[in-house]
Amino acid sequence: MNMIARAFGWGVHPPENKSQSTAAPIQQAPVPSRLILPVQQHIGAPAEAVVEVGQRVRKGEVIAEASGFVSAPVHAPSSGTVTAICEHAVPHPSGLAETCILIETDGLDEWAERKPLADHATQSPVALLEHIRGCGVAGLGGAGFPTAVKLGSGARSNIEFLLLNGVECEPYITADDRLMAERARAVLDGAGLLARLVRPKRTLVVIEDNKPDAIRALRAAADGANVEIVVIPTKYPSGGEKQTIQIVTGREVPHGGIPADIGVICLNVGTAVAVRDAVIDGTPLISRIVTLTGNALGRRGNFEVLLGTPIGELLRHCALEDDRLDRLIMGGPMMGFTLPSRDLPVVKTTNCILASAVGELRTPGPEQPCIRCGLCADACPARLLPQQLYWYARASEFERAEKHHLFDCIECGACAYVCPSNIPLVQYYRYAKGEIRHAEQERIKAERSRERFESRKERLAREEAEKEARRKERREAAKRKAQEKSGGDDAAPALAPEIAAAVERVRQKKAARQRDDESDTGNADGSGS
Amino acid sequence: MSNAVHVSSPHLAAGGGAQRVMLQVAAATLPGLLALLWFFGPGTLFQVLLCMFFGVLIEALCVLARGRPPLPALRDCSALLSGLLLGLSIPPLAPWWISAVGMLFAIGIAKQLYGGLGANLFNPAMVGYVVLLISFPVEMTQWSAPAGVAGASQAGFADAMQLVFTGATAAGDGIDGYTMATALDVVRANRLTLTEQELLAFPQFDDGIATGWFTVNLAFLAGGIFLLWRRLTSWHAPVAMLGTIAVLAFLFHANDPDRFASPLIHLFSGATMFGAFFIATDPVSCATSARGRLYFGIGVGCLLFVIRTWGSYPDAVAFAVLLMNLAAPLLDQYTIPRAYGHGAKRSSGS
Repeated sequence: MNMIARAFGWGVHPPENKSQSTAAPIQQAPVPSRLILPVQQHIGAPAEAVVEVGQRVRKGEVIAEASGFVSAPVHAPSSGTVTAICEHAVPHPSGLAETCILIETDGLDEWAERKPLADHATQSPVALLEHIRGCGVAGLGGAGFPTAVKLGSGARSNIEFLLLNGVECEPYITADDRLMAERARAVLDGAGLLARLVRPKRTLVVIEDNKPDAIRALRAAADGANVEIVVIPTKYPSGGEKQTIQIVTGREVPHGGIPADIGVICLNVGTAVAVRDAVIDGTPLISRIVTLTGNALGRRGNFEVLLGTPIGELLRHCALEDDRLDRLIMGGPMMGFTLPSRDLPVVKTTNCILASAVGELRTPGPEQPCIRCGLCADACPARLLPQQLYWYARASEFERAEKHHLFDCIECGACAYVCPSNIPLVQYYRYAKGEIRHAEQERIKAERSRERFESRKERLAREEAEKEARRKERREAAKRKAQEKSGGDDAAPALAPEIAAAVERVRQKKAARQRDDESDTGNADGSGS
Repeated sequence: MSNAVHVSSPHLAAGGGAQRVMLQVAAATLPGLLALLWFFGPGTLFQVLLCMFFGVLIEALCVLARGRPPLPALRDCSALLSGLLLGLSIPPLAPWWISAVGMLFAIGIAKQLYGGLGANLFNPAMVGYVVLLISFPVEMTQWSAPAGVAGASQAGFADAMQLVFTGATAAGDGIDGYTMATALDVVRANRLTLTEQELLAFPQFDDGIATGWFTVNLAFLAGGIFLLWRRLTSWHAPVAMLGTIAVLAFLFHANDPDRFASPLIHLFSGATMFGAFFIATDPVSCATSARGRLYFGIGVGCLLFVIRTWGSYPDAVAFAVLLMNLAAPLLDQYTIPRAYGHGAKRSSGS
């Protein structure tokens, strides 16, 4: 069976707005004067800086090492000098600051020695995986999960499908589209390397039918190769990993599970190319394709951008018209977030910078009451009841929200997109999730302090008991010692009359003194006996 | 950077506003309204306008009393739609105060006292209707005689207006001259004593269908199909309701045609189609999941058939819908759809 895409009822059709950025081929963005490299650009533990301030680095050199299993190293995207290792704002909805390595570039763009994996075709999967890990490859589709970790889990499971996700369903974004159209061969080479690692029964590249150039290029390149090109209808959010898997394989990733559990590994096409570049060229992940688009930009298109490039410099390069700018978004208009500043770097997960002009995107209108029309439920790709979740989130009935599978919401925004009452539904769900997570943390904290308190109580009781036991022990020992000293049990009766006589003497003396005292001062201190 | 806006995703919206939904539903009642006007005279037009007027008035007063700005609440057009739906249900020549009382209960009590649009447990128009039916049985059961029935005379525009506002025409005639038992009244009154042939020989019937009502129901069905086509409502509740009525009527009719009316009469007389597409589909008071709406429709269909057949009212859309409104929260509780990844079958992909 060749065509395995399934009909699906959910999803929405927002205006695509992709043509603005597909006219020109991918261009090289200039090397910026300054690079800002967060040590965490992936899901997992942050990398640890291994350079010092003032140190000169060359392009491709490791500047931060992975720490822990789920982590990824960071490499210098260009040559220059490390000027600081400090907290710097990173692209995050909250404007969070994290540890970043700042590099002042020298303009030479001088490479360190590149180390392709020699004889990669005959190398063991372990060596291949280590090489990919060492090159810092992380999922370029959006989540930034370390690729080697994902592939490792795939290599251990019985994988039937290797999916390369080129769906790119977000409006405006065309980075994967152009990449597939221009580097189809590289996508398939990457697919071949990945297939060696996870040994799938079938390897598929999944594309939406609105990317004819990419489909043509891939089909031509795939001729004869063991890769199938699957074209699915254009609908948002079919590019979500779980959704792509469902459309193509008919399987659902179990709640709380990973795709490998159902025999599927899904990677972004950009990630496949990054794997290929790492293995064949020895190029670590130091750049990515970014779509720069939106009506506030004089120049729109796709750019190969060095990681760490400040977004402000990119915008200048694309002739941003400041007076027209409405909002600046990282990611697409459906799931992207507005940037709190321009002094933020492009990171491994930055697929698009959208600088919209006034009137281009939705201005949040006044929120009207929910009329429970159910359009949101029809649109929901996770088969949730957004109208009920909204109700429970609003009323802070979090338990019921969880019963309605709040945490299966992928925050794609399809529900809010169709809502006739202009309700910012996703925001309500984020709020509810946050509250539940917070309450859970509080609960865990309370549980821990209770455990701590109880174990302290137990410890104190134990220590007291031990002390008591020792005391008793000492008393017994003293007694035994005294007895030993006095020559043992048989000696005691011989001494007894003398002791008894002495005791009797003392008692009589005391009694006599007491009588005298009582006659003098009454009973005041007569209790001395 | 100060000029850039910060808002939460998604940054796109299909939008339209709740009022667009309301107005499109209202537009879908047009064929039915026209059919009613054609067969039962211009009275319904006055009822609809009166109900919409009182609906908006009472909504504004209630929202003001609740200390909220009235304009946003009025702009969603939900009071207009409720008024339209009640106006379509009221006998065409009923006195004007009937619509005032009806809308007071529909908007004031069933809607605003429960918290306004989206928070009402019961269908507002049907609450208004039931209050009227129980409180003013005479006014609420005098339906105009349908055009084309032997012995029926139609009130003209001026007469109808005077009947509605003053209770008598200029010539001093009362409403009685223009009214007649409806087809469902005839069925209810005679089904135990007459055979099917004798029943269908009444002037209210023609070729086994209820004169006038058949066309009115067809017109509402057309409006309903428009709603489904525009995806303004889901098919689940109406299809389940009509299917249930059809199946029950068919089974009972096949078993004893003299005692039980045919599916054709059940489906195409009274308020069946109007109820199926414009009342049972009210999203606010209906069950919310697709499966829940199926059960809701089945429940309405069963209750409608039971009340029509064994109850003391000839038609039963309002009672059936209100009773199922009560059951909707329970249905919601037990019809949560299986979310993605929950208890998924590990079916083979190829």
